[in-house]
Amino acid sequence: MSLRGITKRFGEFTAVDDIDLDIKEGEFFTLLGPSGCGKTTTLRMIAGFEEPNAGQILVAGSDVAGLPAHKRPTNTVFQSYALFPHLTVRDNVAYGLKRKRVGKDEISKRVDEELQRVGLAAEANRKPNQLSGGQQQRVALARAVVNLPKVLLLDEPLGALDLKLRKGLQLELKRIQQEIGITFVYVTHDQEEALTMSDRIAVMNRGIVEQVAEPVEVYERPATTFVAGFIGVSNLMPGVVRSLSGDKAEVELEAGVTVSAEANGLATGEQCHAVVRPEKLFVAKKGEVAPQQGADAQSVDGVVASSVYLGTATQLVVELRGGSRMTVLCPNTDESERQSLPGGGAEVSLSWTPEHIHLVRESDSERATADHEALGMDRSAAA
Amino acid sequence: MTRAWGWLRYHAVSIWAALAIAYLLIPIALIAVFSFNDPEGKFNYTWSGFTTKYWGDAFAIPDLNDAFLTSLRLAALATIIATILGTMIAIALVRHQFHGRRAANFLIVIPMATPEVVIGASLLSMFLIYGISLGFFSLLLAHVMFSISFVVIVVRSRLIGFDRRLEEAARDLGATPLTTFRTVTLPLLTPGLVGAALLAFALSIDDFVISNFTSGTTVTFPLYIFGAAQRGIPVQVYVIATMLFVVTVAAMVFVTWQQRRAEKMAEVRADDDETGLSALASGKEPISPAGSAA
Repeated sequence: MSLRGITKRFGEFTAVDDIDLDIKEGEFFTLLGPSGCGKTTTLRMIAGFEEPNAGQILVAGSDVAGLPAHKRPTNTVFQSYALFPHLTVRDNVAYGLKRKRVGKDEISKRVDEELQRVGLAAEANRKPNQLSGGQQQRVALARAVVNLPKVLLLDEPLGALDLKLRKGLQLELKRIQQEIGITFVYVTHDQEEALTMSDRIAVMNRGIVEQVAEPVEVYERPATTFVAGFIGVSNLMPGVVRSLSGDKAEVELEAGVTVSAEANGLATGEQCHAVVRPEKLFVAKKGEVAPQQGADAQSVDGVVASSVYLGTATQLVVELRGGSRMTVLCPNTDESERQSLPGGGAEVSLSWTPEHIHLVRESDSERATADHEALGMDRSAAA
Repeated sequence: MTRAWGWLRYHAVSIWAALAIAYLLIPIALIAVFSFNDPEGKFNYTWSGFTTKYWGDAFAIPDLNDAFLTSLRLAALATIIATILGTMIAIALVRHQFHGRRAANFLIVIPMATPEVVIGASLLSMFLIYGISLGFFSLLLAHVMFSISFVVIVVRSRLIGFDRRLEEAARDLGATPLTTFRTVTLPLLTPGLVGAALLAFALSIDDFVISNFTSGTTVTFPLYIFGAAQRGIPVQVYVIATMLFVVTVAAMVFVTWQQRRAEKMAEVRADDDETGLSALASGKEPISPAGSAA
């Protein structure tokens, strides 16, 4: 399935801005982003509930953009489940097959199979309001999957459930997807959910796709500052590219050191940010290097702003020169080590292995916001 | 003394409620009681002995029967037409954007606020101007006209609370707009439609003022009673009125029950997090599908 130049405007507001996506057959593909980023609108355009202002939606080679929802080869699992309250669980699941005029015997066979798969065979004759939230969610899934759509669309299907239940259902969804081999397009704002379940993730912000990559790639090598901040903790050190040699860039950080890292297409003189994930940072007294580190470790000085005990780890926030704050996770594996960690106000040195530093550009969408705000201020000043 | 005073104070609300309900219900109860009266003269106003003979031949007066049947037919037809038209108006007002929608929303309640005498008089002159002969047909036009507003109000409030994602789900599963309406929208609106229809029926069957203007020579049940009151109301009127009352109350109980059920069903929303939580707390939630399937 592919999206080509899809754009959706609501009056003045552009919800989805000229996005292109290619989703492979049988893939678990996630649209991840904060609320209002356009992910649900994108899903609704694929389902046929919204018409794009421009662009093509190709499912199995043919453009479905002009087709009404009931003629599209897609099915949706709604966030609110949208189960028919006047029908039994069995009739809910059979609804789509009845519309396709499938034979009675085949309907009852396939519905039984599907209810078996989601573990609700015993609840077949109940009404939706007699089921728990998790069970309703499974009925919604069965009702969509039983039609064997080319693409299954899921709009934050676990959003209304409590954490423990959600974890269980994440694994179950993934299992079902692998079992039936249907392409899943999954919308969520929960980065952890996206990382656990997806084959690939598209990170969206303000109607734009910031990065499309596998979970490991998105976490370890985010493409932009927005992706780096949305997935995990925003550990950004601003800097300028001073020189390039091969695919390496020498970057002078505001924090006062120059580091070498993969250039990622940056040019000399360009502004960028260096990212190091909290669990890959080590802390030591100023002037020392943490014992775990090799000889090639890079380091920077800072002052501890806060220290919080989290159970499995201790979280330090270290403020660098220039004001950027870095979060460090120190695993609480050894009690005496934990007690020797520096407290608030201590001068420390942060270090990391060169392969764990990663350079990112400032997001276009975030720059756009800044411009927009500046414009707004000009306008109010003029008025 | 103080104890009695304390008792009174403690039960004041109940006592007031009992008095208010008695005030509301005694006249109705009286009709039921006097349907068992055996009056000595033409007038059934004083109690003069118990009998069931009028219940035995409730339909012994041909004129009364005709009037009652006319009223039933009129109310049934008016209800069907008003419910269909009113539902269509309500759907247009809630679901569609069109020029003059706000005005229409307001104008639709005006017939409810207009005094019946005014409606009756103006309908009469209108029928005369357009040469519509007075009789069953003019009565039907009038009854549809004054009950349609009530239908619109009732159905509109149900439509406003309607979860439109259910219709999206139906379309997503391959239902055409017409099938969606037939299999999802209509069944879920039914309790509201039944309520609206009962209201229209009740309004039509007991209407006197407007009917008096527009009936011509046709006699409805209320018109018969009014006419009979001059020379003495036969006990059968009390009997039929009591029957009508019992049927109406039964219908009301049915509608209330239906609506309760519909509301309970409508609680199936994602936002009732409690369902999931309470199920989890009581250990009913089967996390693994294999467990509950087995």
